[in-house]
Amino acid sequence: MLRFAVAGLAANKVRSALTMLGVLIGVASVILLLAVGNGSSVAVKDSITSLGTNALTVSSSASRGSVTAAKKLTVEDAKALATATDTPSVKSVAPVVTTSGTALYGNISYQPGQIVGTYPAYFETSNLKVGKGDYFSADDVLNSRKVAVLGSTTATELFATEDPVGKKITIGGTPFTVVGVLKTKGSTGFNDPDDVVIAPLPTVQNAFTGFGSVNQILVQASSAEATTEAQSDITRILMGTHAIKDATKVDFRISNQTSLLSARESTDRTFTVLLGAVAAISLLVGGIGITNIMLVTVAERTREIGIRKALGAPRAVILGQFLAESTLLSVIGAGLGVLVGIAGSHFPVVGIKPVVIPESVLGAFGIAVAIGLFFGSYPANRAAALRPIDALRHE
Amino acid sequence: MRAAKPPVIQIRRVTKSYGHGDAVVHALRGPMTGGGEPLGVDLDVAEGDYVAVMGSSGSGKSTLMNILGCLDVPTSGRYLLDGTDVGHLDEGQLSLVRNRKIGFVFQSFNLVPRTTALAQVELPLAYAGVRAAERRRRATAALGLVGLADRAGHKPNQLSGGQQQRVAVARALVTAPAMLLADEPTGNLDSHSTEEVLGIIDGLNARGRTVVVITHEDEVALHAKRVIRLVDGAIVSDVRQAPVDGPPPALAAAAGVVA
Repeated sequence: MLRFAVAGLAANKVRSALTMLGVLIGVASVILLLAVGNGSSVAVKDSITSLGTNALTVSSSASRGSVTAAKKLTVEDAKALATATDTPSVKSVAPVVTTSGTALYGNISYQPGQIVGTYPAYFETSNLKVGKGDYFSADDVLNSRKVAVLGSTTATELFATEDPVGKKITIGGTPFTVVGVLKTKGSTGFNDPDDVVIAPLPTVQNAFTGFGSVNQILVQASSAEATTEAQSDITRILMGTHAIKDATKVDFRISNQTSLLSARESTDRTFTVLLGAVAAISLLVGGIGITNIMLVTVAERTREIGIRKALGAPRAVILGQFLAESTLLSVIGAGLGVLVGIAGSHFPVVGIKPVVIPESVLGAFGIAVAIGLFFGSYPANRAAALRPIDALRHE
Repeated sequence: MRAAKPPVIQIRRVTKSYGHGDAVVHALRGPMTGGGEPLGVDLDVAEGDYVAVMGSSGSGKSTLMNILGCLDVPTSGRYLLDGTDVGHLDEGQLSLVRNRKIGFVFQSFNLVPRTTALAQVELPLAYAGVRAAERRRRATAALGLVGLADRAGHKPNQLSGGQQQRVAVARALVTAPAMLLADEPTGNLDSHSTEEVLGIIDGLNARGRTVVVITHEDEVALHAKRVIRLVDGAIVSDVRQAPVDGPPPALAAAAGVVA
């Protein structure tokens, strides 16, 4: 039967090839588009882990509906969070001030993306690893030492190939000793996380921002699961320090990196589903192509069907023959589509590196074969149902 | 002894009409009653007989052939083929009957395109579920019988008309059917090929195969032992040219010349 099917397809090579092309494009686009969608969400997942999943950022906000200006976050707020004894969910607290300025080394001048003043806990919470030298210590913070840790981009800009550790740089007139260089983290979005200078909080406050408010308080939850609990603990403590009774009128905002990114991830999922739907439609069109071609084939071979029936071919044999042909079309088309899809996913598409989902390969192949059977069954049934006398009269 | 056997074909009051109401056309009607109602056609064909059904186009001979070949069902009446009433069979059983009891030879050869002669002849055996080795053996033997053993690997477009028709004859007889049903088997052939094909059919009948030939050519009818003429869906004459038991007239004549 398979031999008959192959011979039937070979009788019309161009037509069979074009039909297969329809299925091929359908299967390849399902695999490829889903891989692109998946690749984009894999990239997001990677950036979640690189951002530090347990990090919570507390920032000041103007409370809506309140006439009074929002109370700024202060180092005292951070200390209240750090010293609270009944909050096992909070692992560490780092107040953060950010500013900008120009760094000088010798005659090289460079403006880093951000100058950050904070506590040593910041490094762990933000998932920053030191590559050369060391982090600054709590002792450096207590004594307001003029030390700094550079991001890799900043280090390269200022020192090129030189080893920055131990060198002195000047930022806004204040000399800093470089104690460490961070490992390259890689860009996760619009800003380069490696383009920073990180120094002890009081040093930065002293030199730039003054000892008023802080921009953010970075809190590390004890685990990824504890972030929700930590969030409510922070809210409770800060409502105390800010003397707010109404939970709807808080003047600060707690954002969770994970929740931000999972929002992006769900956007990605929608994107993937849409891509998949478009691809599925092209697969469907490929299937309709099979129906069309098989109908033409049946019409063309009506007489042959009549002969076979006159010779005593049972209905099932005719049905099987045409089904085998349409399934063979879709199997070969789908097989080639899988190859093209996998080959195509080795090339980045609009900046996204596609990551093939193994299920999509099996799924697309399976659906294509099922489509061959389904869309082939109508013409095959028509062939099998032909009355031999009508089929024989057909010219 | 042979007379004791039931006829291969028994047709009783068979009619076939197309259309409805005023537009009804009786393709096969037999004699009419006084009221204009068709009585239907009666026909018996004994085993080993060689019957030529003659008539001009529109006489109902093709309709009769389709009914005899179980390709079409009569509007009314009974048809017993080799003792089986085929009127009550469903589609699947009919295809089985066609496969086992009837060997078809058509005017336009009706070979399956792109298929070698050997595979053509194997087809009915394949549908009958015969195993591959046995199939090959019987198909080769049948091709040998029609003198085409050396053309087994040829496809229809590589064969002449006469050769194609001989392949069709081989295909018709390979299942050892109860009846060989030929519809204008020589209609598309030149005189030389006609003689070849008729000679083969004569030979088959001489070996006891029942043959029904539909034709409008008198030369073809001369080969038959019995000639039936149809006019307007009714049998108008039934002439026996040679006994059922004997050889077909053409072979008998040839033997007579030699003797």
